[in-house]
Amino acid sequence: MAQNAEHVLDHFELFRGPEYQQMLDNKKKMYENPRDPAEVERIREWAKTPEYREKNFAREALTVNPAKACQPLGAVFASVGFEGTLPFVHGSQGCVAYYRSHLSRHFKEPSSCVSSSMTEDAAVFGGLNNMIDGLANSYNMYKPRMIAVSTTCMAEVIGDDLNAFIKTSKEKGSVPAEFDVPFAHTPAFVGSHVTGYDNALKGILEHFWDGKAGTTPKLERTPNEKINFIGGFDGYTVGNLREIKRIFELMGIQYTILADNSDVLDTPTDGEFRMYDGGTTLEDAANAVHAKATISMQQWCTEKTLPFISDHGHEVVAFNYPVGVSATDEFLMALSRISGKDIPDKLARERGRLIDAMADSNAHIHGKKFAIYGDPDLCYGLAAFLLELGAEPIHVLSTNGNKAWEAKLRALFAGSSFGQNCHAYPGRDLWHMRSLLFTEPVDFLIGNTYGKYLERDTGTPLIRIGFPIFDRHHHHRYPVWGYQGSMNILVKILDAIFEDIDKKTNVAGKTDYSFDIIR
Amino acid sequence: MSLVTTGSVAEIKARNKQLIEEVLKVYPEKTAKRRAKHLNVHEDGKSDCGVKSNLKSIPGVMTIRGCAYAGSKGVVWGPIKDMIHISHGPVGCGQYSWGSRRNYYIGTTGIDTFVTLQFTSDFQEKDIVFGGDKKLAKVIDEIQELFPLNNGITIQSECPIGLIGDDIEAVSRVKSKEYGGKTFVPVRCEGFRGVSQSLGHHIANDAVRDWVFDKITPESKSKFESTPYDVAIIGDYNIGGDAWSSRILLEEMGLRVIAQWSGDGSLAELEATPKAKLNVLHCYRSMNYISRHMEEKFGIPWCEYNFFGPSKIAESLRKIAGYFDDRIKEGAERVIAKYQPLVDAVIAKYRPRLEGKTVMLFVGGLRPRHVIGAYEDLGMEVAGTGYEFGHNDDYQRTAQHYVKDGTLIYDDVTGYEFERFVEKMQPDLVGSGIKEKYVFQKMGVPFRQMHSWDYSGPYHGYDGFAIFARDMDMAINSPIWKKTKAPWKDVANPKLLAAE
Repeated sequence: MAQNAEHVLDHFELFRGPEYQQMLDNKKKMYENPRDPAEVERIREWAKTPEYREKNFAREALTVNPAKACQPLGAVFASVGFEGTLPFVHGSQGCVAYYRSHLSRHFKEPSSCVSSSMTEDAAVFGGLNNMIDGLANSYNMYKPRMIAVSTTCMAEVIGDDLNAFIKTSKEKGSVPAEFDVPFAHTPAFVGSHVTGYDNALKGILEHFWDGKAGTTPKLERTPNEKINFIGGFDGYTVGNLREIKRIFELMGIQYTILADNSDVLDTPTDGEFRMYDGGTTLEDAANAVHAKATISMQQWCTEKTLPFISDHGHEVVAFNYPVGVSATDEFLMALSRISGKDIPDKLARERGRLIDAMADSNAHIHGKKFAIYGDPDLCYGLAAFLLELGAEPIHVLSTNGNKAWEAKLRALFAGSSFGQNCHAYPGRDLWHMRSLLFTEPVDFLIGNTYGKYLERDTGTPLIRIGFPIFDRHHHHRYPVWGYQGSMNILVKILDAIFEDIDKKTNVAGKTDYSFDIIR
Repeated sequence: MSLVTTGSVAEIKARNKQLIEEVLKVYPEKTAKRRAKHLNVHEDGKSDCGVKSNLKSIPGVMTIRGCAYAGSKGVVWGPIKDMIHISHGPVGCGQYSWGSRRNYYIGTTGIDTFVTLQFTSDFQEKDIVFGGDKKLAKVIDEIQELFPLNNGITIQSECPIGLIGDDIEAVSRVKSKEYGGKTFVPVRCEGFRGVSQSLGHHIANDAVRDWVFDKITPESKSKFESTPYDVAIIGDYNIGGDAWSSRILLEEMGLRVIAQWSGDGSLAELEATPKAKLNVLHCYRSMNYISRHMEEKFGIPWCEYNFFGPSKIAESLRKIAGYFDDRIKEGAERVIAKYQPLVDAVIAKYRPRLEGKTVMLFVGGLRPRHVIGAYEDLGMEVAGTGYEFGHNDDYQRTAQHYVKDGTLIYDDVTGYEFERFVEKMQPDLVGSGIKEKYVFQKMGVPFRQMHSWDYSGPYHGYDGFAIFARDMDMAINSPIWKKTKAPWKDVANPKLLAAE
């Protein structure tokens, strides 16, 4: 018996003991009807070949290990960014349990959201009663300032009409007539979580700007000097939005962050559970129509929202997750142009420090090959930064990227001498990436937690940047936008590079002549 | 300091009843009426806990429950390691349940083992409009080409499948024939079916019956020779290695474990189970159906057991041994004696640190009752408990064998209720899931996830008990909980019932 009270063995030690190893060997041999080990080995090797890659890329129907989630997740993420807002997802309840778990596992925070708990009878008769009861219960129990409704695929397939249902619910007294219940249809079989973010945000703005579903007059735009800011679906929203506010304040710009979930996803432990915290006030959400411009940090998170805003008469500017020197330059210059404010010296010094760091460490990154996967904008931003560093983003893969995204990446690659061997892969998944890593190896992989399976199988070291990150803690609290945020990305990459060199040189008496104390 | 156990039993009961009354005030009348049936204070001697269960969750209340798909793919089928489980429908369900349940297994992932891969048909709008059967057929062909060592394929239906009228059974039959009688299992576990995960368990059990047991051929019959000591572990999902730290005890007492359902399980083990002399059932809720079926069809008795904490482990080992001859009975005693020094050392170390501490639980499956003994072995007391998706037979077992007089019972608790209960009762520990974890930690209440073992485990068996005790101690006695209030701020008067 290996277990002992003084030094309690965890699962990663306990089962390596001889009694467990023997037990597991016996289980396999006697009862599992295992495959011939030589055959397993043969297939394992075959799955690394160009031939396998070709079959793998010929897939038309099967998806294996996708790097995307479904629309309502993005809708919930956006909705909690408004003051006192309870996301309400109309449809099956299991979905909501999943979104809440998913967000909590990444942010290590509570995630509050309700479901209309539709079951078989609602599948037959529609979910109107679920909406009527659900809104009344949520309103009474959780005292929200606003309930933001979205849908699961069940409600979409049976064709429930949110606008009509909410209207009826109000007539039945579920919530007061003037209570804000914006909505968005967010079918899981269209787009991904970034689409859901877009739809939900547009739904909320439409509600406030266009007369609250026909119950109030549409807002007349009276232009002011404010700039609206949209972060998009972002695993680093906590750190990033705080950094963005700092930048706006340094520049003296009046701003409104739309869907500001940086507080509700980072509440203190002080004895009080805050179901709601911070967020864009409903007043600010409404008044955002008067702004001078709206800036989106993620084009593919705001494909519908930006044209909607632009139709209301003010300028919109979209970026693709700007990180690094030039992208941050462009972002700040856009801010400066729109606001008429100068970029303060403080930010210029931060820029200088980023350049300083890049110059200091250049030798370790230059020429290194990377694979990147993630949401479309994040991939673009990271690829652009790597090119600035003289690295090569050889494989850039986005399961929820489309043809337009691919074209944009191609243009990026074409514009850099380091981009000549780089390719973009829209609509592909992590099983495709596995083939890419075997047949065209790179030095490092950048992606979310699920990349650890690729790291295990291909030996490509994983640098965790993206969403979700379940197995490392608290990185979402640090920004990756702005010059300071870019510095954080640079350090993450450098740490991985240095650890890799150390790991490859630490065998005593064999490789440790290179186990240098200074790098 | 916990308020849970201050006062006499009568006072505790009165206080808990008052707490229920207070909580119900927040609801609209109709909802209050419905929720009142799910909340109760346990009375000693009653045959159940006096709550309604396995009823629809109420819209908008923030139920903690999941769905039938979660019960089938996430719980029952997902851990079968040599089969590929297709999340059939849109991408989300498979994505959110990908790898998060910690069903440990041995195998070469992606080659002959597939538990931590996410296979999905990733439905698009056209699949909804035109139906998904053709796509499913193609998905299967592509799996066969790229993952040739899979031993079978299950189709885990997501909501749209049942709504758009797809015939996944027909596709399965055709493909099984095409691939030489290969095992295909269509599972009708659409998320809108039933009221929780529970129906998904049942549907998944029935799918084993109809698409595995009923299709066993002479070729697929297992090759090993039977012995009088063959048992199958049913309803252990090997979370953090639970089934392994259980199996070792059964084998040490002289039994042969011929199958694990379903943690670290394989198709061959499912198919061999009808040869068992006894099915030992841990999670009654999720696998009683197939156990009853095997009893009726193959005459295999089944026996519930509980491998949490030394008292229940010893009781269970003796109970299981009771189905066998003296050799096994002696084996059980030998195992109990072998581990006694470990048990003594664990209790000597941790009990003084945990004595008198109180716990409130809200979990699924068997845990709202099964872990109570393990806490009691450490001198702790469970002051409140409830089931996410239990049925009345769960509450009967709870009432008859586990909870104390006056325990607060809450079925399908809502977020609001659970927060208020914990706020007022101030237990020393809450054991529930990821959605609850951070809520209670923000409130300054120590917490352990009791679904995933908070990424620790195993908790089953004697080896697991040491880890369980260590984990509860580190949660409750972490120095961090003393620091949640800034020293310069007045200590707020806790809103305690007793003080009101």
